[in-house]
Amino acid sequence: MAEGTRLENVNPLIYQRSGERQLTAEDEDEDFVDPIDDREIFDLIRSINDPEHPLSLEELNVVEQMRVHVNDNESTVSVEFTPTIPHCSMATLIGLSIKVKLLRSLPERFKIDVHISPGTHASEQAVNKQLADKERVAAALENTHLLEVVNQCLSARV
Amino acid sequence: MKDSLKLLTRFSAHPDSRCWFVAWNPNGTLLASCGGDRAVRVWGREGDSWVCKSVLSEGHQRTVRKVAWSPCGNYLASASFDATTCIWKKQQDTFECVTTLEGHENEVKCVSWAPSGNLLATCSRDKSVWVWEVDEEDEYECVSVVNSHTQDVKHVIWHPNQELLASCSYDNTVKIYKEDDDDWICLDTLEGHESTVWSVDFDKSGQRLASCSDDKTVKIWREYLPGNEQGVVCKGSDPCWKSICTLSGFHTRTIYDISWCHLTNVIATACGDDAIRVFEEDAASDPHQPIFRLMAHVPKAHSQDVNCAAWNPKEGGLLASCSDDGEIGIWLYEPQN
Repeated sequence: MAEGTRLENVNPLIYQRSGERQLTAEDEDEDFVDPIDDREIFDLIRSINDPEHPLSLEELNVVEQMRVHVNDNESTVSVEFTPTIPHCSMATLIGLSIKVKLLRSLPERFKIDVHISPGTHASEQAVNKQLADKERVAAALENTHLLEVVNQCLSARV
Repeated sequence: MKDSLKLLTRFSAHPDSRCWFVAWNPNGTLLASCGGDRAVRVWGREGDSWVCKSVLSEGHQRTVRKVAWSPCGNYLASASFDATTCIWKKQQDTFECVTTLEGHENEVKCVSWAPSGNLLATCSRDKSVWVWEVDEEDEYECVSVVNSHTQDVKHVIWHPNQELLASCSYDNTVKIYKEDDDDWICLDTLEGHESTVWSVDFDKSGQRLASCSDDKTVKIWREYLPGNEQGVVCKGSDPCWKSICTLSGFHTRTIYDISWCHLTNVIATACGDDAIRVFEEDAASDPHQPIFRLMAHVPKAHSQDVNCAAWNPKEGGLLASCSDDGEIGIWLYEPQN
């Protein structure tokens, strides 16, 4: 956000980040096939930058591990995210960033559904419909400006 | 049941990209495909395999979403996210871009040629449907811009034997248009789907229309003329369309495309659950309340979403499909009694 731009949510609640994933003996065993689990999906998206604040989606509680569901056998991933305020105009951009991050990281067999947590946004249905429309998502990602903004959300913070 | 749809061959058409759409030429000998790699490819059969005859890569700056052959088979139109539609003229095995149609504000989602070959329709995310007139010198003139939908228009298709046009949209509706005093107007809006309608296709007679949607259902609509015996109420002297059948519970994700075979009367669907399904009408069922049965279901027809299914116009049962995995599949449907 440029200097002087008014923030929509001036004073968001900040939450504690979760610790690193605990490694088990099986994680280090290369012959052990372990399916992709919720925590791995959560680890992919928790450090995405909020488009408005210098904070991660996890720190703003926009994403939580309990709202991430993966079924490795059926190749489905479902993520619900919670905008910090019900009128957040960034909701579509946040959803798109989560979707792009997962599209880039997961094997292509996965069906990725990204939704707003029910009841947490004024335009919940409209945003969900847009995020589910792969044709619109594909067209959006061919828009250089929008792609730049998404990439900023996905870049590592310095 | 699934053995009734057999895979004949599968080939990579748009590598490292998605293949959005395939279209057979009118005599069924060539297949055009388009994709996220901004290219159009034309495929021809040589023995049992399919070879790429031409690559049309110079026309578009962004994804090519749909392609359509002219009824004479000498022209190919391509609709792109770059807001333009290119008209390609076929010369032996090569294609030359003869015109670029501009005017839509953003992504062109579909293009379709009228059976006469004199009219072309395009639609876009800008919510409009444009009708273009073609003259003998390959000049295209926009004759009408119809702003009837309230959202992104996903697909347009002409009636097989009348100058009627159908479109479907992100606004959950299907619309039917006719010419009226040098302009084109919407004569009926078909409401019933609960989410985006991705595609529509007419049956051979043009009296029925099949639509497929993000609501995971297929609907069959039938045309009723004013004063019909069934008591379907029409406005004024125009025919009206009524939903006579809904196929629900078969598809598990968005249905992206539907193709109604004009030779065998069977319906194929392309679904976001990676499957291809074929439905057949029960001949004994009431034509005003028909029953369609699932005759073939190939669950992993492709390794990703199936975007398109297209019946060959000359060879009954020959089906082409394409997918986000960049591949084209060629299938043969043989009903098993």
